Amino acid sequence: MATLDLGMEDDIGAAPAPRSRQLGLLFWIAIGWMALVFALALFAPLLPLPSPTDMDMLERRAPFSAAHWLGTDGLGRDELARLIHGARISLAVGLFAPVIGLVIGGALGMLAGYFRGRLETLVVGSMDVLLAFPPLVLALAVTAYLGQSILNLTLILGVLGIPAFMRVARAATLTLARREFVIAAEALGATHRRILLRELLPNVLLPLVAFFLLGVAVTIVAEGALSFLGLGVPPPVASWGSMIGEGRESLDVAPRLAFLPAFAFFLTVLSFNLVGDSLKAVTDPRQGAL
Amino acid sequence: MSEAPLLSVEDVAVDLPTARGPLRAVDRVDLTLGAGRTLGIVGESGCGKTMLSRAILQLLPRKAKFSGRVMFDGQDLARIDREHLRKLRGRSLAVVFQDPMTSLNPVLTIGTQLGETLQEHLELDSVHARTRSAELLVAVGIPAPEQRLMQYPHQLSGGMRQRVAIAIALSCEPKLLIADEPTTALDVTIQAQILDLLAREQRRRHMAMILITHDLGVVAGRTDEVAVMYAGRVVERAPTPVLFRAMQMPYTEALLAAIPKLDAAPHTPLPAISGRPPDPTRPLKGCSFSPRCRYALARCHQDKPALTAPLSADHHYACFHPLRTAAGVDA
Repeated sequence: MATLDLGMEDDIGAAPAPRSRQLGLLFWIAIGWMALVFALALFAPLLPLPSPTDMDMLERRAPFSAAHWLGTDGLGRDELARLIHGARISLAVGLFAPVIGLVIGGALGMLAGYFRGRLETLVVGSMDVLLAFPPLVLALAVTAYLGQSILNLTLILGVLGIPAFMRVARAATLTLARREFVIAAEALGATHRRILLRELLPNVLLPLVAFFLLGVAVTIVAEGALSFLGLGVPPPVASWGSMIGEGRESLDVAPRLAFLPAFAFFLTVLSFNLVGDSLKAVTDPRQGAL
Repeated sequence: MSEAPLLSVEDVAVDLPTARGPLRAVDRVDLTLGAGRTLGIVGESGCGKTMLSRAILQLLPRKAKFSGRVMFDGQDLARIDREHLRKLRGRSLAVVFQDPMTSLNPVLTIGTQLGETLQEHLELDSVHARTRSAELLVAVGIPAPEQRLMQYPHQLSGGMRQRVAIAIALSCEPKLLIADEPTTALDVTIQAQILDLLAREQRRRHMAMILITHDLGVVAGRTDEVAVMYAGRVVERAPTPVLFRAMQMPYTEALLAAIPKLDAAPHTPLPAISGRPPDPTRPLKGCSFSPRCRYALARCHQDKPALTAPLSADHHYACFHPLRTAAGVDA
């Protein structure tokens, strides 16, 4: 994950200085939950699970049992299998879409903030246009035009995230580019490329990575909302959002069908936010620089 | 000086666009500096010292307008191509900035920042760069260099950081080092150490140095020549002993008087220079120091005095009514 790259910035093999701030128990619980969800999602095809799409009309909304640990849904599909396969979709979309935003938005923002001038006007202007477009309408238009698929969903959510990442990167670059160490690097004969990649990027990466983890949480929620509205992954593929949407129909008889995915959803998003905050506080070498 | 100087600044002017019209930050400055010699540039805040140093390095803000020539080692830095200039910077020209808090990258270790400059310019591999970095840290007086190389700037004290900045500047054995107020952000006790360090390394490496400061006391024992700047112009320029023995400009005298004296009785009011520097977007007709000068006569408000050397060949000043005697100078 991008956060861990930060520790590798000092490629001379520097031993990190003793951290004064300890990571709390909550951080490790969050890490534990994320590891569990990631492991289950990754190895879902290898696990001895019933198929998440096979229907059993005789066992609709079955309660918890040895055969179906978390029961079955309204169409008799195994709820645990759907939860785990749903995690694959939610995490894949939730991680890859912000990566698109991070890479494209981060690069555009740094270039705009460093070179200024006409490039900046162009970048900021085009991002404003993108921001002014209602995101739901864009998602509708794209899915109507290109079809409903996980790839399209990731791309839409990724593109929609570019302006926010661009703004974070540009704002950080603007303030950093005026700092003396950038002029000092230039005075030492550094090229623009070197200044951008070696001097500015490690600094800009700190706020960007913190924003990325927040972006993951937001994207998982956005994917859930789109799937809930039927604009996300096409059925019968399970995602947490679509499961909540389907569970809505039987809220009165089997509320667990909506609440189980919602709970998984809640814990995962919370974990991302907690880990993001803790890592930001711990990995920032500027902390305590007074 | 008979041989061609290492650096010769010829008729350099810098204009900065502002909302209130162009601001003349540096006004037709001429300076020369021989190899291995030290030039002090003195003046109060906003007099154009830093802009002049940026103009020499060709590191001006993008919107600044530059005119004149900066001849360094036989080449005009303002006219050579970018790539050539980039190679000269760091290799032959180096800078130490005022604030070591901001002139080092906060998220890179000292070793990375020092080592990369060496790898870039001297094409050393990472192992050699590391040994060389440690040697440089020892040279600038940092104990336990191996340990320091692994630390981040915020883990060092201000004086230590400035030593690192000096080590980076010295890393490629430059011919000219520009020290832009290198001690202003530091503790008084550290100031002398840093200045001595600069002087020692300068002698050892036979490097020319421009020492920019607002403190005449700093340049007194450490420079060969001093240029006093006011409102973008050089108003007095002389070899250091001559300047302190027989300063001619009232501004130079006022600057010297503004240094607190250790032997003065407690609670002696410090003679400050009254008034403020002129608005650089509204140039004055006469001498720019005339509104604040206690010797100013009618002519000072009408005409601008030129920088001339009527007394001796190397003592230049721009004043109609120079101080006749150097009474009361206790430098």
